[in-house]
Amino acid sequence: MVNQENRLSAFITQLILGLWAVAVIFPMFWMIYSSFKTDQELFFSPWSPPAALQWDNFARAWTSAHVGDFFFNTLIVVIPALFLTLIISAMAAYVLARFDFIGNRAVFYLFLAGMLFPVFLALVPLFSLVARLGMLNTFQGLILVYVAYSLPFTIFFLTGFFKSLPSELEEAAIIDGANQYQVFFRVMLPLSSPGLISMGIFNFLGMWNQYILPLVLVTDEDKYVLSQGLYFMLAKQFYENDWSALFAALTIIMVPTLLVYVIFQKQIQSGLTTGALKG
Amino acid sequence: MHRNKYRLVIPFLAPALLLYGTFVLYPYVQAMYIAFTKWKGLRKPPEFVGLENFQKLLGDDKFWNALGHNAIYLLILPVITLGFALFLAFMVTQKVRGADFYRITFFFPQVMSVVAIGILWSFVYHPSIGILNSILQFFGVSDPPVWLGDPRTALGSIAAVTIWQAAGFYMVIFMAGMQSIPTSFYEAAALDGATRRHTFFQITLPLLWETTRSALVFIVIGAMNMFGITFTMTLGEAGPDLSTDVLATLLYREAFTHSRFGYATAIAMAYFIIVMALSFTIMRVTRRQAVEF
Repeated sequence: MVNQENRLSAFITQLILGLWAVAVIFPMFWMIYSSFKTDQELFFSPWSPPAALQWDNFARAWTSAHVGDFFFNTLIVVIPALFLTLIISAMAAYVLARFDFIGNRAVFYLFLAGMLFPVFLALVPLFSLVARLGMLNTFQGLILVYVAYSLPFTIFFLTGFFKSLPSELEEAAIIDGANQYQVFFRVMLPLSSPGLISMGIFNFLGMWNQYILPLVLVTDEDKYVLSQGLYFMLAKQFYENDWSALFAALTIIMVPTLLVYVIFQKQIQSGLTTGALKG
Repeated sequence: MHRNKYRLVIPFLAPALLLYGTFVLYPYVQAMYIAFTKWKGLRKPPEFVGLENFQKLLGDDKFWNALGHNAIYLLILPVITLGFALFLAFMVTQKVRGADFYRITFFFPQVMSVVAIGILWSFVYHPSIGILNSILQFFGVSDPPVWLGDPRTALGSIAAVTIWQAAGFYMVIFMAGMQSIPTSFYEAAALDGATRRHTFFQITLPLLWETTRSALVFIVIGAMNMFGITFTMTLGEAGPDLSTDVLATLLYREAFTHSRFGYATAIAMAYFIIVMALSFTIMRVTRRQAVEF
């Protein structure tokens, strides 16, 4: 009796979880196989697999629809922005966590305050500031803004991290004659790599998927990053009617994300949820 | 130990303070002033008008329309998303077969960009290429809705995508909370012959209180935002008859389509005040004696 009940509830559990898994996977699976179809097939037989694989959809998406350009623009912005965020935040977090100086707490709370405000409040003044600096439609402008907005949480997280490190190694290095810069770059920074990796993943995804900031600060089509480029591709479909290329573009974006995610899912999940758990 | 510490402290803090001060603090402080000005485009300087923007706001149907949609999201998204996420988390942690597969799959939409999700679902909802309506027709619905094209269904369609995208994320957050509950509690409950439902409501839920509070604040902030998904799925038009407009899309259009910088910032200010008030209220109302374990 009890056994039967258990088996029934185990079956229902599997059924519900299985249905949700289908709901999550199927739309993406449908999109991937549809991206090999012709426009005709897309419209007249949305379910059926492609009659022949239209690799040309991908070529059109990559070159004529500029997905390739958007992809490289995103890399040009995200890689330096990520590197600068990590090094600048680590330096600030290190002194905030380990040095007792006048105004330490005030500076820490000043950074914390940045997490309180929604970015929408800053949009207009930020736009006018970046315009006055002559950095609208430039990669430098976007990089500096990405870094600045990533600092508060990254510094907050890394300060906690540096506080948790033991001080023996630091002291030993000083006794060995290392100066304070060497202590930081050769001892403390390597020790903090788990924290840096978490923040690296968290910020990478945030910057890679960033939408509102490039929408406001970049209006030159040659400088579009992926998210806004995709959006404008979608907007154009209504008069250009190349839906199959748009499906292909989406596949080009989604499949690498999926692969990277499956390989690093543990780190990505913990990196992304720290935002909610610590914030 | 740290002699001449300022020789390290100053150069280490300077780049962070400089960037943060210039691009974050300065715009936020300036916004507090811009909200009280009339400012139409970068060529002319803002002109102080006192409370005029806020008076206009109170009588602006578009503002109330957008705020109403945020309110609907605030009513449905936390309850459904967190309830469903908690349910999934509880089931996945019941030693089911394939638990890792479910955890990895359910979380994936959180990693995708909101634009990719928006476009994907625009396709799913699409009246001719989409698959949703052909499923409905298969089950005998003769005249399925035009989801995103109909003011009656557009908002709900966007809410559904948001739940689809976020449920796995909150599930993982709840699972992390559940893992910190000692197994001895469950063993004791099993010895006492507690059912799964009892175990969930008497042990799991009370011990997840802190996790639930922060999840709640997080999702409320999300329900107030909704910019990316709305902007993508309705192509920046805020839906048929503004039926999916929210404060964030409204202020974006006011600023960057109509160049009403002062008014847009006043809307942003209202948005900020509402988010702060909600977060503060949630933290106060849900405050409880922490359970030590």
